Amino acid sequence: MSEQHRGIWVFAEVNDGTIAGVSLELLGVGRVLADKLDVPLAGVLLGENITPLSEQLIHYGADEVYVIDDPVLKDYRTEPFLAGMGKLARMYVPEIILYGATPNGKDIASAIATDLKTGLTADCTMLDVNVEKRLLEASRPAFGGNIMATILCKKHRPQMATVRPKVMKSLPADPARKGTVIEEKLQMKEEEIRTKVLEIIKGPGKSVDLEGADVIVCGGKGMGDEQGFQLIHQLADTIGASVGGTRDAVEAGWLSHDHQVGQTGETVTPKIYFAIGVSGAIQHTVGMKNSEMIIAINKDPDAPIFDIATYGMVGDAREILPVMIKAFDERLRENEVVSHA
Amino acid sequence: MHIVVCVKQVPDTKVIKINPKTNTLDRRGVPSILNPYDTHAVQEAVHLKQQYGGKVSVLSMGPPQATAVIKKSIEIGADEGYLISDRAFAGADTLATSYALTKALEKISKTSPIDMVFCGKHAIDGDTGQVGPGIAKRLDIPPITNISAITKVTKDYVELQRKLQDGYAYIRSTLPCLITIEKEINEIEYASFPNMLKAVHFQPVVWSVDHLENVDRKQLGLKGSPTVVGKMFAPPKQEGGHRLEGTPEEQVKQLVEVLKDKQDLFHVNKS
Repeated sequence: MSEQHRGIWVFAEVNDGTIAGVSLELLGVGRVLADKLDVPLAGVLLGENITPLSEQLIHYGADEVYVIDDPVLKDYRTEPFLAGMGKLARMYVPEIILYGATPNGKDIASAIATDLKTGLTADCTMLDVNVEKRLLEASRPAFGGNIMATILCKKHRPQMATVRPKVMKSLPADPARKGTVIEEKLQMKEEEIRTKVLEIIKGPGKSVDLEGADVIVCGGKGMGDEQGFQLIHQLADTIGASVGGTRDAVEAGWLSHDHQVGQTGETVTPKIYFAIGVSGAIQHTVGMKNSEMIIAINKDPDAPIFDIATYGMVGDAREILPVMIKAFDERLRENEVVSHA
Repeated sequence: MHIVVCVKQVPDTKVIKINPKTNTLDRRGVPSILNPYDTHAVQEAVHLKQQYGGKVSVLSMGPPQATAVIKKSIEIGADEGYLISDRAFAGADTLATSYALTKALEKISKTSPIDMVFCGKHAIDGDTGQVGPGIAKRLDIPPITNISAITKVTKDYVELQRKLQDGYAYIRSTLPCLITIEKEINEIEYASFPNMLKAVHFQPVVWSVDHLENVDRKQLGLKGSPTVVGKMFAPPKQEGGHRLEGTPEEQVKQLVEVLKDKQDLFHVNKS
C-alpha cells in the first residue's frame, strides 16, 4: 500500500452493447464516496466497440473513463478481462474498485483480488468511507441473518467490493457533464486465451420472471408446509402475479431456486410486493425492500418485516389468504364485467 | 480423469438464530453440513467419473471435525479425501483460503495430476464465491464460474453451460481448468450401500502446514487476510407503515380498499 493509490473506479459491465444498470448505480454511490475523499471517479470499460459508451459513464457521474477496446474482449471471459483490468490497476493505482455483484462482476473481482493480492468484500448493500483513514467501509448482511457486518481492508490497495444490483441509486443522467477518456491497449492474442465462447443464449435461461414483474407474491417459512404454500400460488394466480419465495421456502423444497428473492436470490423492485409468512430477515429484505409498496402478513406482531411494510396485517396467513383470494377474485371479476359491459 | 472437488463444512444457516437483544449469532445446537453447492459439485464429479472413468478426490480446509464433510463426499461416491487442518489456517479470508487450498492442490497433483478442480458456486455461510476463481488464478488455469451443465468432455477440453443473469453462455475451455457449480446442474442421488459403508470407516489424509511445500506462512490464516470485520450492527431501522386491524375479513376489506387504484396492475386469471 502506498500514498500513490488514489481515485475510485467502477467496473462498467457491458451486455449486448448496453451498460448494466448496476454499473450506473455504482457510479451514483461512487460519486458520493469520491466527493468525500476529494478524488476523481472513473469508469472502466472493457469490450469490443465500446468506446462510444464512455460518454454515458460520464453523464452518470464519472470524471474519467479508462477504455480498452479490443476484439478479444467481445464476450466476457475471465482471462482477457483479468489481463485488461490488472494492467490498468497497476498503471493507474486506484484506491477503491467497485463491481456489480453479477456473475461476471463477481468473477472478475475475485480474479483481480487474487492477482493484486488485496481484499474483496462480496455482495455489499451499504458503502461509506472513513475520510481520515481513507478506508472503504463495505457492509453486507452476514450469516444469512438479521445482522450487518462492516468489512475493512486496512493495509492493502485497492480496496474492492462487489455490490448488489438495485440497492444503490444511480444519478439522473447529465448530458452536459464532461470528462476525460483514457485509452489503453491490451497485448493479448486470441490464440493465447484458453477459453472460447461458443454461443450466448439470452432469456430462456429464466423460467421465472421476477425482475420484470409488477406484482410479486412471496411466501416464507410461515406458510408451514408445501400444502400451505399452495395458497401463495393461488393468490398469485388470482391477481396475475409472479411467485417468489424466501431462502427457507426454497430450501424446504416448496419451490425452485429461480423463485428465490434475497441476498442469494433475485433483487426485485415491483410495484406491489406481498410478503406472506415472511419474517423479514435481512437476507431476504435486501432483495425486496425497494419495492414501491410492501404488504406483509405475519402472525408475529414484532416481525421485522413490519418495519418495512407499507401495510401490515397481523395474523395467520393460512386464515387470511383464503379470505383475501376470495375478495380479490370477486372484485376483479366485477371489474371485468364492468369493463366489458 | 482426475477431478478434485473443494468442499467446505458450513453451519446450517437455515437454523442459525440471532439473539435479538445482543444482535449476535446463537450457534448453540446449530448442525454443521456439507455446503449444499459443494454437494452438487461432488455429485457432478462422480457422474463424470462414472461416464469417463478416473477418480474423484475431495479437499477441505478446516478443523478436524471437517472430516464429516469428507465422509459425506465419500458417501456420494468420491474416492479420496484430503483435509488440511492447522491453527495457522485459522481466521483466513477468501484470499488466504485460496492460497492454502492451492498449496494442497499442488501437493495432490504431484502424485496424481489434476484435470479439473470443482468448487461450489459459493458457501452458504459466507456467500462470497471468491475462493474458486482465486485458486484458478494461483494455479494459472482458466476459471469458469456458475456452471449449470457440462455438455462435453474430451481429454483436451470441456464444453460448459455457464449461467448468466439473463441466459446462458456456452464455453469451451482447455484442461486443466476450474469450474464452480450451480445447484441446477444435477439432482443429488441416494448414496449406495457400499459407499455408505466405505464412508463409515473412511479417514482422509490430514495435512498440517508442515506437510505442504513452499509455503509462505505470511499468506496464511488471519495474517494472510487483507479483510477484517470492522463491526457488526443491526440493520438501520425503518419506519413501519400502516397496520390493518380487525378480523381477517375486516383486514382484507381494508386492503382491497387501499389497492383500489392499483387494480390495473392485477390481471384476472382467464382460466
